[in-house]
Amino acid sequence: MGLDFTVVPKFFDVIFIGVGWTVAITIAAGLLSFFGGIVFAVVALYGPLLVRLPFRLFAWLFMGTPLLLQLFLIYFGLIQIGIDLPAFVAGVVGLGLHFAVYNSELIQASILAVDKGQNEAARTLGLSRGQALRKVVIPQAVRAVIPPIGNNMIALLKDSALVSVIGVAELTLAAQQAIGRTFRPFEFYVTAAVCYYFINLALEAGLRRIERHIQLSR
Amino acid sequence: MDFDLMMRVFPFFLEAALVTVQLSILTAILGLICGSLGAAARLSRLRFFRAIGATYVSIIRGTPALIQIFILYFGGPQIGIQLDAFSAGVIGLSVNIGAYMTETIRGAIISVDKGQMEAARTLGMSRWQTMRNVIIPQAARLMVRPLGVNINALIKGTALVAAISVIELTYTAQRYIGSTYKPFEMFLISGALYMIIIYVTGRGIAWLDRKVQIT
Repeated sequence: MGLDFTVVPKFFDVIFIGVGWTVAITIAAGLLSFFGGIVFAVVALYGPLLVRLPFRLFAWLFMGTPLLLQLFLIYFGLIQIGIDLPAFVAGVVGLGLHFAVYNSELIQASILAVDKGQNEAARTLGLSRGQALRKVVIPQAVRAVIPPIGNNMIALLKDSALVSVIGVAELTLAAQQAIGRTFRPFEFYVTAAVCYYFINLALEAGLRRIERHIQLSR
Repeated sequence: MDFDLMMRVFPFFLEAALVTVQLSILTAILGLICGSLGAAARLSRLRFFRAIGATYVSIIRGTPALIQIFILYFGGPQIGIQLDAFSAGVIGLSVNIGAYMTETIRGAIISVDKGQMEAARTLGMSRWQTMRNVIIPQAARLMVRPLGVNINALIKGTALVAAISVIELTYTAQRYIGSTYKPFEMFLISGALYMIIIYVTGRGIAWLDRKVQIT
């Protein structure tokens, strides 16, 4: 069976919707991983011991096991305890939590690297411990790790293909639907790869703009 | 927590973990070969090879590994490449991690001080001799740790071949989750086995890193 890319345009609508879902998942999971990363970092550094220790264990488990395995755990595990999440939500939660743990490691190191004088000055000016953290230390810490967090976002976009395995209708699953009707895997997977490549380029361009903006506002 | 069940299924997970270890070792070796070739191409004096190297890295790092494996395994037969799932998995993962290793190896080589190359060339060594006897031995020390990071990612990445039904750790966990409805127990067993594989590999790399440093 030779290659025949002329069948691809007939499925442009399916592919286009898939691209839309992939972008939606990446944005939703990206936001979750960013803000989750900040929360996790604060909990890991300043939480009470009884919260900190189980959290460390959770972070350690998430960093040492494959994302695909975690997606199975979240999707089927939640069903087992009676929470029947739609696949989309399970996918976003799984991807978001996975990368939140990685972002949290970056932010923790960055919080510890913020000059101590900043915290002392803020406390002297009458800010409470929480206020100093929220308004002085964390903004500086997060700003310093935007480039590596950006790299995690790019990894997140590519790993979003994995949620097709738990049945989230995104780009990879859209390609599979088209393959199911045409039996042309090569053509449609290559099409999907091209789409991912361009989404990736757009994301990289967006991240570069954000980085430049942050450098200018310094 | 159903410990009885965990004990009963454990031998099957152990067998699957051996497949994951095999996948990881083969992928690490082939990936290092791809990475070395890629780095050689990217550092070549010939523009043609540099372009090939850059295209390889850009395409592979710009698309999901899962799609790359699907193109090879499901799309391969259309262009005359017939592979069983295990071989397709190993080749797909190796080509993928090879692109990341290309950048690691290239980064280590270009961070060796320029004066080293200039001094060796002044002493009359050819470019190739300098590379082999002066630059690469120094770069090798710098690349052990970052290559270790790549290998850590690679071990977790082997889970992807569960999607083309290679019976490794993640596939086995998925199958037992489906048949026992005990996702937490199955996650714990397979998670623990992954952690052991990653821990042992990490220790090995730390040992190698100490071994190659000049004290």
